[in-house]
Amino acid sequence: MPIPLDAEEVLNREFLEVRARLLQVAAALDRLDRASGSVEADARLTKISQALAILTEAEGDRAERIQHVFSRPYDAKWLGPFKKERMNS
Amino acid sequence: MYYFDPHIHMVSRVTDDYETLAKMGCVGMSEPAFWAGFDRGSVDGFRDYFRQLTEFEAKRASWYRVQHYTWLCINAKEAENVSLSREVIAMIPEFLDRPGVLGIGEIGLNKNTKNESIIFCEHLDLAMKTDEQILIHTPHLEDKYQGTRMILDMLCDDSRIDHSRVLVDHVEEHTIRAVLDEGFWAGMTLYPVSKCTPERAVDMIEMYGPERLLVNSAGDWGPSKPTAVPDFILAMRLRGHPESLIRRVVYENPLKFFSQSRNFHFTPPEVYQPAV
Ligand SMILES: [Zn+2]
Repeated sequence: MPIPLDAEEVLNREFLEVRARLLQVAAALDRLDRASGSVEADARLTKISQALAILTEAEGDRAERIQHVFSRPYDAKWLGPFKKERMNS
Repeated sequence: MYYFDPHIHMVSRVTDDYETLAKMGCVGMSEPAFWAGFDRGSVDGFRDYFRQLTEFEAKRASWYRVQHYTWLCINAKEAENVSLSREVIAMIPEFLDRPGVLGIGEIGLNKNTKNESIIFCEHLDLAMKTDEQILIHTPHLEDKYQGTRMILDMLCDDSRIDHSRVLVDHVEEHTIRAVLDEGFWAGMTLYPVSKCTPERAVDMIEMYGPERLLVNSAGDWGPSKPTAVPDFILAMRLRGHPESLIRRVVYENPLKFFSQSRNFHFTPPEVYQPAV
């Protein structure tokens, strides 16, 4: 479906919002640095780094790809064993 | 603009919210059965809840000329208790012929466990035996992708299910395509923090088109905004979309989906048309 706004209009509308959100993320990461203790081994930090890397890529579908970074893996073969177990119980 | 909120939990809202929604153009709503903030201890707890949904909420909505519909089930969170779930599923048919009951929902998964999946399948079975429509809850955050795929696997594995009579709710960027590709309806829930924003919902309309897509507020016990659908309407306008497209998503689409339920009898609001 064509979108009514052109690229310049989208940028005009979104620039300040994007700037504000980037600052929010930057300040949160600074806050983590300033806090005592360490969360370096925390898997959530790795996910945040992976999401930030996606933002800098030229490829599209960034929102969808970041959603996958924060998702548990799905095993496409789960249903067969589940049905078997259900039948036997 | 008149609109219909297809997924909102009014039992957890105050009467003032009905008034606000009516002022903002809400003329109809559908309320799925969900978790009450605590696990209920017996089947009678659910019986009372279903009475509240079918009797009291419908009445409270009517005070503001909002038409209220409902869906019945035991939600995924409480489905972990298999024996209680089975008692509730056996009791649901007592209510299925009541006015305004649109089907079975919101069933689904929460933590994607075996027990949740068992009870999900037993709800599907009930819906097929009673010829009811189905409304589905997909999990939040890191469980959403896995849970949505598991739900689609179970739905697609049951050849009795007519995909056009199933609404899969809380879709986001990583789950919407799979739901629409299988011919199901998809609902985008506008919710602070854990789900989708109005702007991202507009993006998904632009990417996938308006066919079989709905928008809802979910308004519930948690931090949520019952007026999220008007926020979406404004976001669509600011992005330059025509009123006809907005109306299709927030009014015509819900009516089209709900009209497939035998207990859906909706009186459209009178629209004033000036003589030219
Ligand atoms: Zn809900």
